[in-house]
Amino acid sequence: MANFTLPKNSKVKSGKHHAGKGGEKQRRFKVYRYDPDGDENPRTDTFDVDLASCGPMVLDALIKIKNEIDPTLTFRRSCREGICGSCAMNIDGTNTLACTKAICDVKGEVRIYPLPHLPVIKDLVPDLTHFYAQYASIKPWIRASAPPPDRERLQSPEDRKKIDGLYECILCACCSTSCPSYWWNGDRYLGPAILLQAYRWIVDSRDEDTGARLDDLEDPFRLYRCHTIMNCAKTCPKGLNPAKAIAEIKKAMVARRSL
Amino acid sequence: MDRFQTPIKRVQGLGSSKDGTHHWWVQRTSAMALAILTPWFIWRCASTPADFASVRDMVGLPYNALLLSAFIVALFYHAQLGLQVVVEDYIHSRPAEVALLLAIKVLAWLGAGAALLAILFQVFVRLNS
Repeated sequence: MANFTLPKNSKVKSGKHHAGKGGEKQRRFKVYRYDPDGDENPRTDTFDVDLASCGPMVLDALIKIKNEIDPTLTFRRSCREGICGSCAMNIDGTNTLACTKAICDVKGEVRIYPLPHLPVIKDLVPDLTHFYAQYASIKPWIRASAPPPDRERLQSPEDRKKIDGLYECILCACCSTSCPSYWWNGDRYLGPAILLQAYRWIVDSRDEDTGARLDDLEDPFRLYRCHTIMNCAKTCPKGLNPAKAIAEIKKAMVARRSL
Repeated sequence: MDRFQTPIKRVQGLGSSKDGTHHWWVQRTSAMALAILTPWFIWRCASTPADFASVRDMVGLPYNALLLSAFIVALFYHAQLGLQVVVEDYIHSRPAEVALLLAIKVLAWLGAGAALLAILFQVFVRLNS
């Protein structure tokens, strides 16, 4: 039933130390390394990086490590400005985007791990297949009766305001992978990111399938595994509040039934 | 897990059970009842002399018996709802989950029933004295 220690082949060992030349602006980075295709256990490698010749963000340091110290280090990155969500990882104990996390905001050595509780493809690259399938399952597009209108679908400024704080979500998965409920029941619980996206369509005045969207979510596991732990709101690198969106879904569920 | 299933098939599973809102709502309403009844219960106990006869006498008074019964029902109902959530969160073997959930419900019914019977008994004792 309960597993209180990691299995032998999952224990994280201490790995190589790539020592720097020293100097005032040198910072130490501890990075998780794992290759599931090999027989070796996961390990944390230590890299000393000279910040005098490095950009200010954690992603800049990772790119510098890959370019100059160890080209086998594997991580995702793309836009380097917090809009694509590719470089989501666990930095200094908190899920965030490496491209918007300043190195100077971390005290001591900079510990970098992949997003928690997901299968690791390699090093800092987690397998997000299930997460994306969960996103697809809520049918995240406008559902309206055919035929489509000849012009744009109109929306009042007040209704447009209702999707502020929701449309900004970049689906980086920082919130879902910070949620203990998603760790224990992620196979069935949709998690904060997907539920925030679901609410984005529930509250959109142009969408005509609100009832069916609520029907699909009304489930002890899909929706009601949220116990307002609030890790999602605390960790979101875009400053959004998925817990509030989930609370609004629950309010809608109660609003449409008799007491 | 079947490796030939598509990821979306795994996510859809058996579909939505169209359930859960009732549980969530009664958990909150029973919490509201307890927020009122628990302070009353503490006050009632604190203001009763700590000997068996006085406590029996207090429980036997009709309005005390009524509020105490309400407290007992809300308490066991709320406790069983909360324990159900804990079991659903952490027990991932379906047979163990079903067995534990049934055990929790049975124990909650028995506990509440025993307490209500005791209260009723005191009411009749007081009526006959």
